[in-house]
Amino acid sequence: MNPITAKNVTVAYQRKPVLQSIDFEAPEGKLIGIIGPNGAGKSTLLKSILDLVPKASGEVNIYGKPYRKQRQKVGYVPQRGSVDWDFPTNALDVVLMGRYGQIGMFRRVKKKDRREAMSCLEKVGMDQYANRQISQLSGGQQQRVFLARALAQNAQVYFMDEPFVGVDAATERAIIQLLSELKDQGKTVLVVHHDLHTVRDYFDWTMLLNVRKIAFGPTTETFKKDLLQKTYGGKLTLLDQEEEQEVTPLA
Amino acid sequence: MSYTFWILLTASLVGVSCGIIGVLLILRKLAMLSDAISHTVLLGIISAFLITQSLDGWTMFIGAAIVGLLTTVFVQMLHSAGVQSDAAIGIVFTFLFAIGVILVSMYAGNVHIDVEHSIMGDIAFIPWETVNWFGIEGIPQAVWMLGIVLVIDVILLFLFYKEFKVSTFDPELAAAIGLPVGVLHYLLMGMTSLTAVASFDAVGAILVVAMLIAPGATAYLLTERLSMMFVLSAVFGVLAAFSGYYIAAWLDASIAGMMATMAGVIFLLAFVFSPTHGLIAKRLLQNRIKYEV
Amino acid sequence: MLEILSNPNVQWVLFGTTALGIAGGVLGSFALLRRQSLISDAMSHAALPGICIAFLIVGEKMMGALLVGAGLTAYLGTYCIQAIAYYTRLKTDAAIGLVLSVFFGIGIVLLTFINNLPIGGQAGLNEFIFGQAAAMTSSDVRVISSVALVLVIITILLFKELKLLIFDREFARGIGLPTTVLNGLLMTMIVAAVVIGLQAVGVVLMVAMLIAPAITARYWTDRLDVMVILSGVFGAISGILGTVTSAPISGMPTGPIIIVAACIVFFVSLIVAPKKGLVVKAYRLQQLRKQTAREQILQSLYELVEEHYQASGSLTDFAREEIRALRPLSERRFRKTLNGLERSGKIDAKEEGYALTTSGRETAHNVTLNNRYMQMYAMHEARFANLQMEKRNWDFLSLPEEERERLHALLQEHQLEPRLMQGGRL
Repeated sequence: MNPITAKNVTVAYQRKPVLQSIDFEAPEGKLIGIIGPNGAGKSTLLKSILDLVPKASGEVNIYGKPYRKQRQKVGYVPQRGSVDWDFPTNALDVVLMGRYGQIGMFRRVKKKDRREAMSCLEKVGMDQYANRQISQLSGGQQQRVFLARALAQNAQVYFMDEPFVGVDAATERAIIQLLSELKDQGKTVLVVHHDLHTVRDYFDWTMLLNVRKIAFGPTTETFKKDLLQKTYGGKLTLLDQEEEQEVTPLA
Repeated sequence: MSYTFWILLTASLVGVSCGIIGVLLILRKLAMLSDAISHTVLLGIISAFLITQSLDGWTMFIGAAIVGLLTTVFVQMLHSAGVQSDAAIGIVFTFLFAIGVILVSMYAGNVHIDVEHSIMGDIAFIPWETVNWFGIEGIPQAVWMLGIVLVIDVILLFLFYKEFKVSTFDPELAAAIGLPVGVLHYLLMGMTSLTAVASFDAVGAILVVAMLIAPGATAYLLTERLSMMFVLSAVFGVLAAFSGYYIAAWLDASIAGMMATMAGVIFLLAFVFSPTHGLIAKRLLQNRIKYEV
Repeated sequence: MLEILSNPNVQWVLFGTTALGIAGGVLGSFALLRRQSLISDAMSHAALPGICIAFLIVGEKMMGALLVGAGLTAYLGTYCIQAIAYYTRLKTDAAIGLVLSVFFGIGIVLLTFINNLPIGGQAGLNEFIFGQAAAMTSSDVRVISSVALVLVIITILLFKELKLLIFDREFARGIGLPTTVLNGLLMTMIVAAVVIGLQAVGVVLMVAMLIAPAITARYWTDRLDVMVILSGVFGAISGILGTVTSAPISGMPTGPIIIVAACIVFFVSLIVAPKKGLVVKAYRLQQLRKQTAREQILQSLYELVEEHYQASGSLTDFAREEIRALRPLSERRFRKTLNGLERSGKIDAKEEGYALTTSGRETAHNVTLNNRYMQMYAMHEARFANLQMEKRNWDFLSLPEEERERLHALLQEHQLEPRLMQGGRL
């Protein structure tokens, strides 16, 4: 069964359609990049899958069932700007929040959960910052804390909204490392991404999106000049330089 | 001149002067700061009394203007010390207002303002409290003060109309073309303090907030033009004053409270029925969109 | 004072103000973090008509009924704020001001109406405006403290869910928490904390009973659980102080005194709190200025020596004007820093001016090297983003060998490596 199947997803804001009739079936165990110009509806697609914005029509299933029945299987890394980083809490505590779904309401956090959260922090190289107040972390470190929180959810399918934006080189490496580990464990990861240079290095599959789905498939088949031209319209200039480079092997 | 005439005149002057200031307060997102200032005016008035031992209008003006500006400055200081701005407003005004109330209660015996007066004014007594200013007798002090403040407000608005307009719409542009944005801000806060103190005898320190905000908010839902917004806001202020007075007289309840209530009712009407921004208009528009889609 | 405290009536009142102080502080922390301080102000003002309506219906001053009425209109007021901000182009702050003042106006109308009724004269509803703790009866206190207890218990049970809801609502929804229910619950709890304080503190000032303790607590800790507990403690202290101070003065409303107490606790914390207090901040800034001045003088002197040595192969001393010309400092700071450096044996005063001592040369070398690394780092920031220097306090000398060599190579490229050898030898 496919981890994500979307049928005819349409999202409209006032009169303007933001996403129109999106259909796709994501294969299991792949790293999938969603790319497209600004305002193409990339983040909106993630949010509509996660029921965070209302769909005008269409439905999405996670492993064959609606999302609200499959929450335990889904992990989400929102954009960093979406929370108040002055909140009185530390890195470990944020990661522990990823375990709240499994712990359940009214129950306390146990030692086991703490150990689990700590090992997630280790995986993103942030264990020595566990007790640091979150506003005192750099942008990249905050992003890694968010990733660790998603790991703590121990999900099957992950959604990440622009995880590479505004991070340093070390964090970028940590994220890539983590993505390939997730893939090795057979998990599926959907990443909203905007840097065309790295698409071929990072993702097995790619969706080209501009309000409508332009293409979806293995990156070798979709990341082509004509399709990209169609997605980005006249705004695409760097592609010509890409053409001359060798096609680098997949990550 | 009859008793009712003076009360209606006072209430209307409150409506007009608060109404026009309120337009700028709404557009500049200063509603809560003006709420804070109108509360702290109480401290200004009682301090002025304790220092000069008189309830003369001029000392009240000066005391209120000083405390009003202090409120603005304190909020700014707390904010730059790292307190989030809504909490900064909440702490500063409650603190200054609490001190004001304590002072009023301690000296309640020898001042004619008491705690009750400070929250709802005493408009019913205004016609008796006439003064002899500029050689003219028989005009209540509150009418004098409101009239003077209204004239000052209107003159300042005429003089700086386009400056206020630009700095409200786009403060950065205003600063870039060399307008004294900070001075304009403090000028408006000063005007708000003066208006609040002039209205104090009529509606008290808290209900004046309704007169400052509600008419402006109502006008904002009905027009797209700034000049029209001033006119409408003043009209709604007067409307709230008249309807408030007559209903209060009928119910035998607080006039000031009823004026605030009616300002709210007028807003509610605009909220529901405004042809451009009302609930009904919006619902109709949505249905049309759905139909088209 | 002790006589007053041994009075059972006063003890009840104290118990009540303590309970509502705790509840206000605890729920206030949540309101503050959700940036709803001013909404809780509107809530308390909007409670006044509810109190009056409940009184008109029940016909007597029954605390339970009054609280329910207060809660209902407070809730309605909050809903109106959200509706106005959602359906119109008015901003939230205008909506808050509007609801607060209009509901209060309605409350005043009802209050004056009741006072003119035969039953209303001695009802004493006026005390709800500025609070009169002394008027609390033992049954009032029982109602208030039971509500406070329930609020604290719910907070303990649902602490982690409420925390996540406030910190990251989308994520909370994502992991399947019933966010709509929790949100409604939290709102109800804040309303409850507001209404139980109204009799003692009054509708006008109740907001400070929520935010002042919370923001005070925020100055002392970076952890939510500690913040909530501290906030409850500060709330209780303010309640007790206010009650004890106002009780002996006849006709003095309790609310303003409680609020002044709460605000004073806040102002003191704002100044003396560790880490975030103004004193500590000012001290740190002062230290930083001193250190910078020291480093600037050392580096200037170093560069003068460096230049002179390369030209002539000998050392010499330099007049203060020459040193000061390179990196301008105020006369006072310059003099003080020079004296300090001389005392610590880094520089020697000669007839003509100043020279670096042996240990001074080493320190100056390190300062100069670090600042030039900094220069390289700033020029090629993208290449070194992984170093996160702001977290290392811009100390380049303690970097791993490998990274330092990368920076050093750049220094050589720009011909900026310090020429005076390390260890004070030439």
